[in-house]
Amino acid sequence: MKITLDEVQHVAQLARLSLSEEQMKRLMDDMNDILSYMDMLNEVDTSGLEPTSHVMDIKNVFREDETRPSLPHEKSLNNAPEQNRDSFVVPRVI
Amino acid sequence: MELYRLTIGRLHSMLKKGEVSSRELTESVLARAGEVEPKVKAFITEMPEIALRMADEADRKIKTGDFGPLCGIPLAIKDVLCMEGVRTTCASKILENFIPPYDATVVSKLKQANAVFVGKANMDEFAMGSSTENSAFGATHNPWDLDRVAGGSSGGSAAAVAADECIGALGTDTGGSIRLPASYCGVVGMKPTYGRVSRYGLVAYGSSLDQIGPIAKCVEDVALLLNVICGYDPLDSTSIDTPVPDYLESLKQDIKGLKVGLPKEYFIEGMDTEVESAIRNAIETLRSLGAEIREVSLPATKYAVAAYYIVAPAEASSNLARYDGVKYGYRNRDGKTLMDMYKQTRTEGFGPEVLRRIMLGTYALSAGYYDAYYKKASQIRTLMKNEFQEAFEKVDVLATPVCPTPAFKIGERMDDPLQMYLTDVFTISTNMAGIPGLSVPCGFNGAGLPIGLQVLGGHFQEEKMLRVAYQFEQAAGISQKKPSL
Repeated sequence: MKITLDEVQHVAQLARLSLSEEQMKRLMDDMNDILSYMDMLNEVDTSGLEPTSHVMDIKNVFREDETRPSLPHEKSLNNAPEQNRDSFVVPRVI
Repeated sequence: MELYRLTIGRLHSMLKKGEVSSRELTESVLARAGEVEPKVKAFITEMPEIALRMADEADRKIKTGDFGPLCGIPLAIKDVLCMEGVRTTCASKILENFIPPYDATVVSKLKQANAVFVGKANMDEFAMGSSTENSAFGATHNPWDLDRVAGGSSGGSAAAVAADECIGALGTDTGGSIRLPASYCGVVGMKPTYGRVSRYGLVAYGSSLDQIGPIAKCVEDVALLLNVICGYDPLDSTSIDTPVPDYLESLKQDIKGLKVGLPKEYFIEGMDTEVESAIRNAIETLRSLGAEIREVSLPATKYAVAAYYIVAPAEASSNLARYDGVKYGYRNRDGKTLMDMYKQTRTEGFGPEVLRRIMLGTYALSAGYYDAYYKKASQIRTLMKNEFQEAFEKVDVLATPVCPTPAFKIGERMDDPLQMYLTDVFTISTNMAGIPGLSVPCGFNGAGLPIGLQVLGGHFQEEKMLRVAYQFEQAAGISQKKPSL
């Protein structure tokens, strides 16, 4: 399975990236190299095998729904590139 | 006597007897860093003023007579762990000005133990890499040969320990990022069982694989660091609530009759001959200490790199979605729309390897490819986990090389991502199965580059692994050697 330049562009859009033509070509080559190495996974018969997304044997972890101290408003805004003391500021959306 | 050369164990007893103060020790370590840091480049942020303040506080604590083994000990902390009020960059432009408003759990545990922080250590950007070359702040150099890489991604932590710019350090390991640099820099490093150490405040890369662990000059120091950082934390719902043993105690027993497995898939063609002979010698040492050596087989090892480089980038692509120029970090201000702002911020803020993994991961999770890549890799992960489980029914620990070669030249693998990924061929399976692994120095090649022996154990079998590493270290006497800088 070879990935095309169009697909690279589509994936970049999904990942919220704006890549130059040159970056996309480079990434297409790298990804094709890497993905063709991954083709070896098709040698393995995995039918009937459950996928593992978490290795330890823990299920849902519950806790009491109690209020605890949290970061003060001001402190949570401190690292924002732009803020108005009340909220994060972003380019106009509507 | 140069204080900066000593171990935590030795320094603790000197502090106890009043032979030295934490301030003297910290000044010695800072002076050493001043001397060698321009060559090694182990740190992103040095913090001498904070270090001296923490040292004075430790000295006050020492005067009360009630203090633990890490009190007053200068440590380096990988720059992926949040420290309140101290810039935490993850070696990325996108976080170059990020000042965390809280401490990671491991950081607050070390503070409670009155450890001294000398700096935030360099790393591959967002812990993605095997060489610490993928840092927006420049590569770390291997103290044993400055033209070579320190290994990655915790290269700054390992190099700082090897160069005596700190007494011990914390790193993180998602696919070998503690063990590989420990091996390349000739120090001891351990990735504990997944869930053994809280990940709260660790900037996430691959959440089902990431684990924090110690890097130090000897096995005993690794045990002392583990004693403090391990344990359940309600702030990390994946941390496991099982009692933490005293790891120092586990070093004392011998290894007579202990079964050590050699997985045949870890002794492959193409392995550097000097690495292979160092590992074979190490295994003979274990045999002479009374261990029973057995061959085992882990056939899925062959697929580890391929499966890992689907799972880890998939998790990364999701975790790194948070860097959007809104809440923290870098923002590109040219974008007129919100979407432009997101895209330009992310494209400029991330380095090439991070972009590559975000793209790979997004692709592997995208509609139409999920089953072929992510699901397939997760099924193979099950296979890997099962094979380890079966192996640990037959043997107590496994002994393997950490890496097929010693440290490579800076720049050598930067143009070939796949070649770089294959560096992790012997360390990745550990993370996929969530088991613990450590690296202990076992020799040098002809050019004087360190070689590491990897010891793996079943879930929560850290004590056995430390015992094997400690007994080996005592018998081999390798950790005495130091790089000449």
